[in-house]
Amino acid sequence: MEGEAPPLPTTKMATTSPPEDGCICLLCEARLPSTKMAAPPSPYPGSASSMSSQASLASYLNGNKKPLDFTWEVKANDRAYHKQFKKKAAFCLTREKYADNAIRTAKYNVLTFLPLNLYEQFHRLANLYFLFVILLQTIPEISTLPWFTLLLPLSCLLLIRGLRDLIDDIARHRSDWVINSTPCEILVGKSFRWQKWRDICVGDIVCLRKDSVVPADLLLLSSSEPSSLCYVETADIDGETNLKFRQALLATHQELVNEASMAAFDGKVTCEEPNSRMHSFIGTLEWRGQKYSLDSEKILLRGCRIRNTEVCYGLVIYAGFDSKIMKNCGKIKMKKTKLDRLMDRLVIIIFVMLAITSFCLAVGAGFWAVKFHKEHSYLSALYETTSPAEQAFFAFWGFMILLSIIIPMAMYITLEFIYMVNSCFIDWDVEMYYPANDTPAKARSTSLNDQLGQIEYVFSDKTGTLTQNIMTFKKCCINGIIYAGSADSEHKPSAAGLSWNPYADSKAEFHDPSLLEAVLRNDDPVTREFLRLLALCHTVMVEEKESQLVYQAASPDEEALVTAARNLGYVFLSRTQDTITLSELGTERTYGMLAMLDFNSVRKRMSVLVRDPEGKIRLYTKGADVVILERLCEDEPARAFTQLALDSFAEETLRTLCLACKEVAEEDYAEWCKKHHEASVLLENRAQELDKVYEEIEQDLQLLGATAIEDKLQDGVPETIQLLKQGNIKVWVLTGDKQETAVNIGFACHLLTDDMQILEEREICEMLEAYWVSNNNLGSSGEPLCPVQQQPSGLRQGKMALVVTGDFLERVLGTGEKVKTEEGFWARRACCKARMQPAAESLVEKAFVDLATSCQAVICCRVTPKQKALIVQLVKRHRKAITLAIGDGANDVNMIKTADIGVGISGQEGRQAVQCSNYALAQFCYLQRLLFVHGRWSYLRICKFLRYFFYKTFAGMMVQIWFAFYSGFTAQPLYEPWFLALYNVFYTAYPVLSMGLTEQDVSAKRSLQVPELYKVGQRNELFNYRVFCLTFLHGTATSLGSFFIALLAFRDEVSSKATNDYQAFAVTVATSAFLSVIVEIVMDIKFWTVLTFLTITGSFLFFCFFSFFTQNFLVFRAAPSYFRFPDASRVALTDPYILCIVLLSVVVNTLPALTVRLLRAITSAGAAREKVRARDTRVAEKTVELQTHFRRGSLLRRSSYAFSHKEGYADLITKGASLRIKGSRNRPSLGAISSQSLQLTTREDVITTIPSSPRIFLKEDN
Amino acid sequence: NSMKNKDNQSAQESNPRCPDSSAFKQQKLPAWKPKLTASTVLSSFFVIGLFCLLVGICLILSARSVNEIQIDYSDVCLNCSKLRESSSNWDKECNCFAHFTLQENMPGDIFMYYRLQNFYQNHRRYVLSRSDAQLLGQDVNIQNSYCAPFATYPNGTPMAPCGAIANSMFNDTVQLFYYVNSSTAIQVPLLKNGNSWWSDKNVKFRNPTSYNLSSAFAGTARPPYWQKPAYLLDEKDERNNGYINDDLIVWMRVSAFATFRNLYRRLSRTNQFADGLPAGNYTFHITYNFPVTKFQGKKQLVLSTITWSGGSNLFLGIAYTVSGAVIVLAGFVIAAIHLKRRKKKTYFQRHPK
Repeated sequence: MEGEAPPLPTTKMATTSPPEDGCICLLCEARLPSTKMAAPPSPYPGSASSMSSQASLASYLNGNKKPLDFTWEVKANDRAYHKQFKKKAAFCLTREKYADNAIRTAKYNVLTFLPLNLYEQFHRLANLYFLFVILLQTIPEISTLPWFTLLLPLSCLLLIRGLRDLIDDIARHRSDWVINSTPCEILVGKSFRWQKWRDICVGDIVCLRKDSVVPADLLLLSSSEPSSLCYVETADIDGETNLKFRQALLATHQELVNEASMAAFDGKVTCEEPNSRMHSFIGTLEWRGQKYSLDSEKILLRGCRIRNTEVCYGLVIYAGFDSKIMKNCGKIKMKKTKLDRLMDRLVIIIFVMLAITSFCLAVGAGFWAVKFHKEHSYLSALYETTSPAEQAFFAFWGFMILLSIIIPMAMYITLEFIYMVNSCFIDWDVEMYYPANDTPAKARSTSLNDQLGQIEYVFSDKTGTLTQNIMTFKKCCINGIIYAGSADSEHKPSAAGLSWNPYADSKAEFHDPSLLEAVLRNDDPVTREFLRLLALCHTVMVEEKESQLVYQAASPDEEALVTAARNLGYVFLSRTQDTITLSELGTERTYGMLAMLDFNSVRKRMSVLVRDPEGKIRLYTKGADVVILERLCEDEPARAFTQLALDSFAEETLRTLCLACKEVAEEDYAEWCKKHHEASVLLENRAQELDKVYEEIEQDLQLLGATAIEDKLQDGVPETIQLLKQGNIKVWVLTGDKQETAVNIGFACHLLTDDMQILEEREICEMLEAYWVSNNNLGSSGEPLCPVQQQPSGLRQGKMALVVTGDFLERVLGTGEKVKTEEGFWARRACCKARMQPAAESLVEKAFVDLATSCQAVICCRVTPKQKALIVQLVKRHRKAITLAIGDGANDVNMIKTADIGVGISGQEGRQAVQCSNYALAQFCYLQRLLFVHGRWSYLRICKFLRYFFYKTFAGMMVQIWFAFYSGFTAQPLYEPWFLALYNVFYTAYPVLSMGLTEQDVSAKRSLQVPELYKVGQRNELFNYRVFCLTFLHGTATSLGSFFIALLAFRDEVSSKATNDYQAFAVTVATSAFLSVIVEIVMDIKFWTVLTFLTITGSFLFFCFFSFFTQNFLVFRAAPSYFRFPDASRVALTDPYILCIVLLSVVVNTLPALTVRLLRAITSAGAAREKVRARDTRVAEKTVELQTHFRRGSLLRRSSYAFSHKEGYADLITKGASLRIKGSRNRPSLGAISSQSLQLTTREDVITTIPSSPRIFLKEDN
Repeated sequence: NSMKNKDNQSAQESNPRCPDSSAFKQQKLPAWKPKLTASTVLSSFFVIGLFCLLVGICLILSARSVNEIQIDYSDVCLNCSKLRESSSNWDKECNCFAHFTLQENMPGDIFMYYRLQNFYQNHRRYVLSRSDAQLLGQDVNIQNSYCAPFATYPNGTPMAPCGAIANSMFNDTVQLFYYVNSSTAIQVPLLKNGNSWWSDKNVKFRNPTSYNLSSAFAGTARPPYWQKPAYLLDEKDERNNGYINDDLIVWMRVSAFATFRNLYRRLSRTNQFADGLPAGNYTFHITYNFPVTKFQGKKQLVLSTITWSGGSNLFLGIAYTVSGAVIVLAGFVIAAIHLKRRKKKTYFQRHPK
């Protein structure tokens, strides 16, 4: 089209285009974040409202005429031109404006690693705080601890983390190098040469061959295919696996035919600066004095893969970091877990507590300073130069330093390690490995594991997540006879059975000998027509690969149907613009295609009008049963049988489709053809008019039969959902699919059961209205009504399920920005909304969430990606619950990013959902293991770890505070400095680490058997403020015990050696605290592996070794001021009296804890066992129930039809190469993809200045 | 199970990304899962409780077998104390006497301690105020140590030993006299040696090396509170002089609390004191140098025997006994609760686990 249209006069372009461009661009920008753009077509014919809103939006945007600057100039084959431009970087440095194609994702290089990494590490508040404390320690007045006590642990932490960053960065360097050295063909001088990706510069011409990856954002110049088409797969960018086409300008396609002409090409592209809008591109190409407009349909984005195209050539527009995909590679937002936040808060609480304690102790120090100065002559010299206030001030900081060891500094790093290994356990789990496509599970973020044990809501996508997205032809009903196919694979036809059909696809699963027989007999016209229809009426593209036919379909349903026909001898061989060639039982027949009456969601059917080789015109229609059945001739004999068949198919949750055909008389066709032509050239209301014309001919059909396609569930989905339900996890299915399909799948995977009451829009409206009215009354009269929660309780008895659509949600939650004009409740709500301000809004929202969360199951269909995210947000906000979103496609990315935990289904290559997810699983059913085993264990481990870590810190270090009362508040440290330095790093770190790695309360098997155990995490039972307070008290008690037992025993004690000695006392208290803490973890660990034994032994050995080493005579002689406790432990701990003290401390400290544990075990064991037993019996019952209910007798839930909601290639096929206005009949489907095509349509139309306003097209599309 | 392993192995060959099926990676390490059962815990309760009782009784018995006599001389020597308060009288000698009577013989090794009350040896800056390097005999610049303000005199002469601890050393001289009859008193032989930790005496403290001690200390001065320089601490015994003087070493090992006792002398078991101190009248002859009245301090002298478990402090023994009793009692209570619950359980469901 662009090629044919006369290039716009430059003058006109100059005068009119900037404001228009500005308008359009703003339009797309403004619409990007709105839901409207991504919203599915409203099933309510209230398009007037949306029209008006669009109009107002457009006028608003027209009023805002800000021209966009097109400052990105690319000259083909002119590297020097681009080099001259510079752009400002930081300060007065400049760098080249046009980036080269090498990407550098690595953070550091050899020189910058140290400073940058340290800078990053000190961004953490805790590290910075400790650095501050260490700096404080250099001041002698307040240096209560030797420098190494804090520096040693801190440098350990910095070192470990730095090493980790280094390893990560080396991996990034390596992957960058691999990417940048990918070979590609670049035009150098007069010919193409193989070079590397990193050599590509803006303005270069690149040659791409089949199946190669696009190295930069290119302007497609020409391709080997007719009509300058180029097919790309964008799986790496948006996860869509279906083919998309790009088309070059006709001018460039015709002119640039060989290397010489390419080398001579000197076009200049002017376009927007690099941006992150994946699906928008506006620019012009200036070549040979003419200007051509460019849009994103001519752009090959970096990361796409060329398919079905031999060779194509492109001009590099954006390279490297300027390319759209790189601009989109934002950092994944760091998610924090509930425990993380709690921990941060606790650390702050501890810090504040310490500050307060220090202050109080400092006040004490002030008073004592007066006393010391006046009375204690041996000390007064120390006080001569400072006043008591100064002394108190120094003491404050001294205590801050001394007590800073109570802040668990090593906790973060240990925790990180535990998180990391727990993530590795997920990666390593053989039972989450999917052998079919060699995919293990992958924990992509390593800091969310504990949250996996606290999930309350699971939001699941349907297609590709619950289902395999594989459609299999399961059954069919031809002329009232049901052919069911044999389920067992043994019965698969042998080579002999297939030999008659060289085209048969051996992978197809449907084999029915009786049908095959009937087909081969070839005596039943209905069967023949049935299969012919399957082979003719579709939009599948065919390609021959290694002498095998490969079908490319827009939806897997169609592929299944065509493949079924193929295996039954009706093989779709090829198609041209107006013919279709089949091989019918070995004979090739070519049908002329007269018209293709495409599918859309209102028509719910698709037809083709063909002229068979005999010259007869026939109409073949397939579609949803409701629409087909009402268009049949009056007396259709097979109708009743077919309906029965449809019912039975629906019972088995198969997707059904009715097939019908009729013969069209030549004159009828001629007449209709005229009408059709008239309608198709209409500029206004074309779609509606076309629909009307189509309707005319799709009448008086003859029913051929019905097909049943199974939307295959993934393995173990029903069981997993059952388990999730038992674990008190609510499963919401959010899908872009239709309501029928979604409900169908809901039943198939046991999310919905027959004993549930399914609430649909009408019921929900009533409930919400009742709720709202009562609240309104409450607001106006002040009368107390029933509590909010109980409002929609009329139907709350029994199980309920909620099924809503995206449009409904939009109206309830006001996710759209338009003003509603619907009648009834919504009108009232709308006008009241004005009066009632946002409070009403949030009330309705809350009511809806209350209702939805009280339901057993919720299914939201036809929701846009943004709405998916919004629903997750809603639950997060109103329920304060931990949410998990699982999905596989680009349309789930929003939801995955919003939820607390995002899970992507991996397996197929380059799925974007996986890129944004926190965990990647190959199958939905692995979710049960991820949550119930790994999640629960992680939560247990982290909680136990935290509890114990806080405990050991308090138990070990609080002693300092008590000692202050006996040392005149002078902040004298009690312990040996080395004990302090090593306590957290060597003495007590490893047992708790091993607990964090290997602890299990019950086995994996048991975890899955008793999903109720999961509730502990949901209720935050294992670590919360209460547990923290208890831990604090416990730790305090232990420290008090160790300190005061030693104190009282030391009082007036005379033994031959260690008498009242400070060092002996320090060693005694340290040993009793250390042993108490170790015994505590010995009691805490419930799962003793080799590692546990090793670490506990290791702790003792470390304690002995380091005590020996730091109290050695040699080191004392070498550095007496660092090793001040020579021989103290040996002397003290060989004294029987001191050993008795230590023993008593340990006994007194640990026996109460043991008693509590035992009492808890005694009192709870019976109850727990009882519960579990009750559950076991319940499970047994349930499985029985599952089986009995599998074939449910509901006849009302039929009519899920086997069309994907996506439009196929119908346009491309019927229009052939002359794609006039691409996508103008695009049904805006779900997701950004369709909305993007919507934008493109409008933009294209404006630029090519078709004499109509863009509004018309907007209207049409809605 | 072996079948499964084989499967895994074959799977691994065909699927390179298949995770390793080692026990650690699959979190299936063999493990001991201790269960808190009432019987094991209760039996350990009783064992621990009885053990504690036993130890407690032993400790009490042995503490009670200790003979100890404590004589407070802070009031007796009030005059001397007053005299010492004013620094102008620092060189005036002041003696006082404390009399006491042993009712019974005190057999065995007798240790003599001085006990100070309200003396903060654990004051942070006091604890720091020493130079271990100097006491090791190393030639160090004490200006850099924490000794200030007891590092050097204004004229730059370093103090030896430096620091507040050394400066405030307990320097009362105490002699013990035994009245053989009402008129004749003989001095009880007391040992100055062997009162400190072996490691302190032999490792931690070393005199600077020189041909004789006084030259080793040349260029230094005594701390301001001292009457004589370090190399004159014990002129009679070369091995107890200078930094390796036992009194200094004992003092330098700071106490944990403000009330403490340090070993001062040991009874030399010779002649009539071979079996310990016989009953009778004794007098401490004290050369008073160490004032304590200003900070309400008390000074005592203690004569005591020791046993394996130390001295006369009964606390540990009582604490053990009480804990043991409580533990046994708790064991009984828990057992009662447990039995009661189990009865209920078995009543409702006779059901194997």
